[in-house]
Amino acid sequence: MNYRRFAQLKSWRAAVILAAALPLAIAGWVSGAAASPGATARPSTPGVLTPPTQGMTPQSSIGKGEGQLNLIAWEGYVQPEWVKPFEQQTKCTVKATYAGSSSEMVSLMANGGGGQYDLVSASGDADLRLIYGGDVKPVNIKLIPSWKQLRPFLQSPAFNTINGVHYGISLQFGPNDLLYSTKVFPKPPTSWSVIYSKKYAGRITIPNNPIQIADAALYLSVHEPKLGITDPYELTQPQFNAAVALLKQQKPLVKAYWDLASSEISLFANGEAVVGAAWPYQTGQLQAEGAKVADTIPSEGATGWADSWLLATKAPHPNCAYMWMKYIDTPEVQAEQAVSYGETPDNSLACPLMNKLAKGSCDSLHANEPDAYFKTIKFWKTPLAQCDNGKDNCVPFQDWVTAWTQITG
Amino acid sequence: MEGRWTRAVLVVWVIGVLVFLFLPIATIVIFAFDRSNIQSWPIRVFTTHWFTVAWDDPAVRSALWLSVKAGVAATALALLLGSAAAFGVHRFRFFGREAVSLFLVLPIALPGIITGLALRSFFTFAGVNLSIVTIIIGHTTFCIVVIYNNVIARLRRTSGSLGEASMDLGAHGLQTFRYVTLPTIATALVSGALLAFALSFDEVIVTTFTAGAQTTLPIWIFGAIRLGQQLPEVNVVVTAVLVLTVIPVALATKLTGGGGLTRSTVQ
Amino acid sequence: MARVSAALWRRAWLRAALTLSPPLAWFLVIYLASLVVMLVTAFWTVNPFTNNLQHQLSLTNFAALFDAPIPAIIGRTVLIAALVTVTDAVIAVPFAYFMARVATRRVRNALFVAVLLPLWASYLARVYAWIVILTKDGTLDWTTQHLGLGSPNIAYTNLAMGIVFCYIWLPFMILPVYGALERIPDSYFEASADLGARNSRTLRSVVLPLALPGVVAGSIFTFSLTLGDYITPLLIGSGSGTNLIGNVIYDNIGLANNLPFAAALAIVPIVIMIGYLLGARALGAFEAM
Repeated sequence: MNYRRFAQLKSWRAAVILAAALPLAIAGWVSGAAASPGATARPSTPGVLTPPTQGMTPQSSIGKGEGQLNLIAWEGYVQPEWVKPFEQQTKCTVKATYAGSSSEMVSLMANGGGGQYDLVSASGDADLRLIYGGDVKPVNIKLIPSWKQLRPFLQSPAFNTINGVHYGISLQFGPNDLLYSTKVFPKPPTSWSVIYSKKYAGRITIPNNPIQIADAALYLSVHEPKLGITDPYELTQPQFNAAVALLKQQKPLVKAYWDLASSEISLFANGEAVVGAAWPYQTGQLQAEGAKVADTIPSEGATGWADSWLLATKAPHPNCAYMWMKYIDTPEVQAEQAVSYGETPDNSLACPLMNKLAKGSCDSLHANEPDAYFKTIKFWKTPLAQCDNGKDNCVPFQDWVTAWTQITG
Repeated sequence: MEGRWTRAVLVVWVIGVLVFLFLPIATIVIFAFDRSNIQSWPIRVFTTHWFTVAWDDPAVRSALWLSVKAGVAATALALLLGSAAAFGVHRFRFFGREAVSLFLVLPIALPGIITGLALRSFFTFAGVNLSIVTIIIGHTTFCIVVIYNNVIARLRRTSGSLGEASMDLGAHGLQTFRYVTLPTIATALVSGALLAFALSFDEVIVTTFTAGAQTTLPIWIFGAIRLGQQLPEVNVVVTAVLVLTVIPVALATKLTGGGGLTRSTVQ
Repeated sequence: MARVSAALWRRAWLRAALTLSPPLAWFLVIYLASLVVMLVTAFWTVNPFTNNLQHQLSLTNFAALFDAPIPAIIGRTVLIAALVTVTDAVIAVPFAYFMARVATRRVRNALFVAVLLPLWASYLARVYAWIVILTKDGTLDWTTQHLGLGSPNIAYTNLAMGIVFCYIWLPFMILPVYGALERIPDSYFEASADLGARNSRTLRSVVLPLALPGVVAGSIFTFSLTLGDYITPLLIGSGSGTNLIGNVIYDNIGLANNLPFAAALAIVPIVIMIGYLLGARALGAFEAM
């Protein structure tokens, strides 16, 4: 090396060394700081959780619309059928970002929605994460008249109301049902055992979602009662291991685990799958294109979802957000969404309007059932280590994700 | 030079590769005319219905426009920064030069999910809201690499004496740059810009992490794919983009002389 | 103006600083700093009760990398990446050779456009088109059935993923290989012939070694793009036995909220690629890109 040249470049060399040290300095700064992506300060006592945004006072009136509304929604929740009238009435242009799983919704809503999103149509298993993560904030129920028309057990359910504070409004609910090809099953299957059966090996499809462990647990709660499973989301380690074992047995029989609703639609449309776990949305889409499929809820019951629209902590368009919440829970819109998607409206007055849109839909979608019916659906909720019986030995969701990765490999 | 038999084999090979390359493209174009939402072979009913749907769809227009804006901005920034980096690394020997040339390749060498995840963590930590600016930052980062590679490849093959000769003849720095350096690297810049814009226009992974509620064209396409209700519309949009880009790509190829990536000026 | 440029000419370090600082600043402040922030996260853990990141250094995540099925997934990803790289190289070299040495100028331009054009048709749409082609009773099945060859039905398998990867990354392999081949002067071929080599020998001893840097440069793309992709497995994989590193990283970012583990897993492709880059530089690939 030419040392004279080297010496002449001393100052440049110093600059480069300083520049190289910069990222390391930043790293040290980051380690020292309290910042971390997506999390906010929380009390460190395990077992005693308080939602971080509990103290935020919601607005007392709905102001002028901001002209824009950004939603995170399940596929099929933001159809033009009810969005266009809303846009015309309120002049809030609706933009939907679709998510196919609660996991994605939580990810998108990180940091209070990041100042990007206003509302998220979260299911029970995402709600608690969002509330305790400080990503959603309290909502003023008095601003939403149709709230009074909601079924009583859905007005302040445990998944969106904590300590009497509402973080959103309940929307619709529905079952994770069994979708089947009517060619292979002339009569509807009566048990979930068909998706665990070698008879249909290579033609089964189920969602690629760790929450499916709860479906396996539900099946076992009926077929292996000595395990003592009462709540498929609160599983002790032995119960959890049994559910995982069942899913591992099922794995070679599964053609594909679907991530997107359209993937499952493709699987059935092309005849790759003949039976599987689905949402009523897929059934509707397939039947609209003439596919020979139908769905049913087998005798063991089903898991399901109960969705709410939650308000993002950093919602940039809160007035439009309130207008949407008001709109979406009115009987007319509830009926439209229920019939379109294939789920059950939370508004108790929607039933006759559903029958006007599609004859018999109120019955087939159970919109006029007594509350007891809904006890047969085990709505999604976040598995936590704290079980309802006061013990702390249930398996938390992080372990569900690890187990799912092991199952699907 | 090559035997006739070799030539024949090569021609067959090339045709085979072309069929392979264009089979999915043909599928996309054909299925743009599919009446059914569910894309399944064979097509039962053909229609041009989806063309009108796509034309009227405001979401498509704004997504397309956003992609173009982000691509142009990212490419422009990358042209400046990438060529500056190429000049710097090529002309000056400095401590850490090898390391720098390795670093500059990382955004393309490291998988997109890592770049996206890292940028997202960084933006959250710095309290920067995700917006079109963050999208552009993300895209520029990997576009710089493309431009840098192209320019430095060209610089390595050109003689430095041209610049010195120009200054000997009395031209100052800016004149030398304009009349000597720039023409030398011009075609490298054009082909690099073309590739960089193409990468930015079609990028989805990094964009997913760096976009807030903004929808670029690939994000719109992904949303439409997951919804499964407008699949033929997606095919229509892709077909339209293809048709629109054939001319500029052909022109650029012709201008840069069969790629311009590698045409040497000095053998 | 002339005074400024003369002053700059005398102070080489100032010129260096001026040209290099903007891009380097961009890289250091935005890109490298982001990587470091993410990598530091890998040493943290998440408290399962409060879901908070705990800022104590720990190696739990790295230990978790050895729990099944992560090593299998890493192995599968590297294997598929390697197979795709080799396949694309084999496909690209004759194609690039034809473009560089046999085709007339007009044909070469046309082929160039043909190779670049698919990059403008959305990646997502092209992968989705492969589902239509490879699925049961799709285009491929339909063709083989008409030819009496049965029904392969290969969608939702690792083979399908491999085919799609080969397809999508092919232009990125063809371009650098073409660049390397195009640079071979005619005189090399004449000299080789003068020394008595037949065509096959010239091919083996002159063309392939000189094409190698181009292949290595292209392989950087094919390898790294496969290591981090999660969309192709999502669309055309079966979700079981087809998961790649990218999928596991992606799954751990959302509801699982295990960012530290995702970051630790992300270090694996980073280490692999940096090693690969150092090897590629030794093989002269950086000149060929």
